[in-house]
Amino acid sequence: MPEAAAQASIARPDGWQVLQRNRAALIALGFLVVLSLVAIVVPMLLPEDLKLTSSNSFVPPSAAHFLGTDVNGQDMLYRLLSGARVSLGVGLVGALISLVIGTLYGMISGYVGGRIDGVMMRTVEVLQSVPRILFIMILIAALDDYVKEWIDGWRLAAQARNWADLAKTISDVKAYSKVLVMIVSLGLVEWLTMARIVRGQVLVLREMTFVTASRAMGQSSWGVLRRHLLPNLSTIILTYLTLTIPAVILDESFLSFLGLGIEDPAASWGSLLKDGAQVINPLESKWWLLVFPALLMSASLLALNFLGDGLRDAFDPKSGD
Amino acid sequence: MLPFFLRRAFSSVIVIFCVISITFVLARITPGGPFDTDKVVSDQVMKAKLARYHLDGTVSQQYFAYISAIAQLDLGVSTKYRDWRVSELLQQKLPNSFVLGALAFVIASCAGVFLGSLAAMKKDTWIDRSAMFGALLSISIPSFISGPFLIAIFALWLGWLPVGGWGTVSQMILPALCLAAPYIAYVARLMRNSLLDVLKSDFLRTARAKGLTETQAVARHAVKVAILPVITFLGPLAAHLLTGSMIVESVFNISGAGMIFVNSIQNRDVFVLCGAVIVYCVLLVLFNLFVDVMYTLLDKRIKLYA
Repeated sequence: MPEAAAQASIARPDGWQVLQRNRAALIALGFLVVLSLVAIVVPMLLPEDLKLTSSNSFVPPSAAHFLGTDVNGQDMLYRLLSGARVSLGVGLVGALISLVIGTLYGMISGYVGGRIDGVMMRTVEVLQSVPRILFIMILIAALDDYVKEWIDGWRLAAQARNWADLAKTISDVKAYSKVLVMIVSLGLVEWLTMARIVRGQVLVLREMTFVTASRAMGQSSWGVLRRHLLPNLSTIILTYLTLTIPAVILDESFLSFLGLGIEDPAASWGSLLKDGAQVINPLESKWWLLVFPALLMSASLLALNFLGDGLRDAFDPKSGD
Repeated sequence: MLPFFLRRAFSSVIVIFCVISITFVLARITPGGPFDTDKVVSDQVMKAKLARYHLDGTVSQQYFAYISAIAQLDLGVSTKYRDWRVSELLQQKLPNSFVLGALAFVIASCAGVFLGSLAAMKKDTWIDRSAMFGALLSISIPSFISGPFLIAIFALWLGWLPVGGWGTVSQMILPALCLAAPYIAYVARLMRNSLLDVLKSDFLRTARAKGLTETQAVARHAVKVAILPVITFLGPLAAHLLTGSMIVESVFNISGAGMIFVNSIQNRDVFVLCGAVIVYCVLLVLFNLFVDVMYTLLDKRIKLYA
C-alpha cells in the first residue's frame, strides 16, 4: 500500500503545476492584479477638479470625461475606480475576517473532535439554515448607528481640544463608516463554508503519522495546529479565500443596490449600479451610468470565479462543485 | 419514518426559536426606535406609544411578551403601517413572491438539469465548453446587472415585453428569467459533475450492453441517480429564490415580500421584520424536509434515520 500511495503522488502533478497550465486562471489572475493596481494608483493621478461635484451632470463620454459624468457632475472614471477600491477592499478584508474565524473554528472543531466537534458542527448547520442575507441586513442595521455614534464621539473629542484638522479628518472618515460596518458584518457571516472545509481536512490530517510523531515528541496541541496542520491547510484555505471574495463582493453590492449598504459620497459597484438602473428610460438613455459599472463588476467577478475554480481544480480536485 | 419526523420537527422548532430570539433582540438593542421622528415628542407620548405595542420596559420584558404572543400564533401588529396586522401584510405580499419564486424554481431546475446532462454527455466538445463558460458567466452576473439589461433590451429597445409590474404572464417572463439565471448555472454545473461520475458506473455499462442507446441509458437510468446532489441543492435553492427576489422585486417594481423585509429594517418595524424572518425560516425547514423525503423516493437504498 505505501508503494501505491507513493506512486500516486508521483503520478499526480503538484497543484501549482496544474494551476500554471490553466491559462484561463492565469489570465484572470493577471486581470485582477492590473485592476487592483489601477484602482489604487489612477485615482491619485487624476486632476483634483475632476473628483469634485460640478454642475456638468450627465455629460456623455467625451475627451474631458472618458466615461461621462453622473448626476452630481462627478467624473464616472473616478467614481468607478473608487467604487472598485471599496468593492474589492470590502471583498478582500471581509473574506480575510471570515478566513480567520472559519479556519480557527474548523481547526479546533476537527482537532478536538468528539462531543465538542459535534456541538460546533451542529451550530454551523443551524447558522447555515438561517437566511444569510437577512441576517447581514439586520447586523448592519444594528452596527451602523453604533459605529456612527462612536466616530462622532471621537470627532467631538477632537473639536473640544481645538484640533480642527483631526476633527475634519474624522468627519471625512465618517462618510466611510458604512464600509467598516459592511466588512465586519460580512466577515462575521461568511465563515461557515470555510469552517466546514477546514474541519474536513483536519480530520484527515490529524490521523497522519507525522502528527502522531509530533505529539509523541511532546508538542502541545496548539503547536501541532500551528506548525503542522496550518501549513498543510494553506492551499485549501487560499482556494476557498478566492471563492469567498466574490461571494462577499456580491453580498456587498446586493445590499448597496437596495440602498442598505455603501452610501454617497462613498461609492461601490453596487451603489453605482443602483444609480445606473434608476436612469434607464426610453426617452433619454444615460447608458454610461449602467454599462461601465456592469462591465467592470461582471469582469471582476468572472475573473475571481475563474481563479477560484482553477485553484480548486489544482488543490482540491475531489470536491467538484 | 415517524420518529424521523418528530425529531426533525423538534430541531426545526429550536432553530426557528433561536433565529427569532436573535432577530428580536438585535432589532431592539439597535439605536433608533419605531416611532423616532424629527419632531420633538414628549417622553410621555413616546412611552404610551411604545406601551401600546408592548415595546416598553427592558428588552427581556419585551422579548418575553413577544415570545408568548408567538406561542399563541399571534405575529403582532405593524408599528409603521397603522392598523395592519403582520399576518395581513404577509398574506397580501407573499403570493406575488411565491409565484415569482416558483416560476424561477421551475426554470432553474429544468433548464439546469437539461443543460448539465447535455454538457456531461458531450464532455470536452464545444457544447460542453460553451455551456460551462456560460454557466460561469451567468454566476458572475448578479440579478441587479442582468435585470436592468433585460429591461433595456427586451422592454425598451425591442419592445416585446412590459418594463415592470406584476399580474399578466408577459410581465412575469423577465423577472423569472432574471431570478433563475444564476441558479440555472449552479444546477447545470452540479448535474454535469454528478452525471459524469454516474456514467462511469457498472450499472450503466450493463444498460449499454443490453443494447440501449446512450441517450436511452442516460434518460432511463443515469439521470435518476445523478440528480440526487441536485435535489440536495434544491432545498437551499428554494429559500435563495425567495430571499433573492428582493433585488428582482425592486428592479421590476413588483410589490412582494422582499420589499417588506427591506422596509421593515429601515422603519425599525420589529414585528413585521420578525414575522418575515419566521416565514423564511419555516419555508426553509419545510423545503429541506421535502428534499430528504424526495431522496428516499428516488434512491431506495437511502433510509431516513431518526
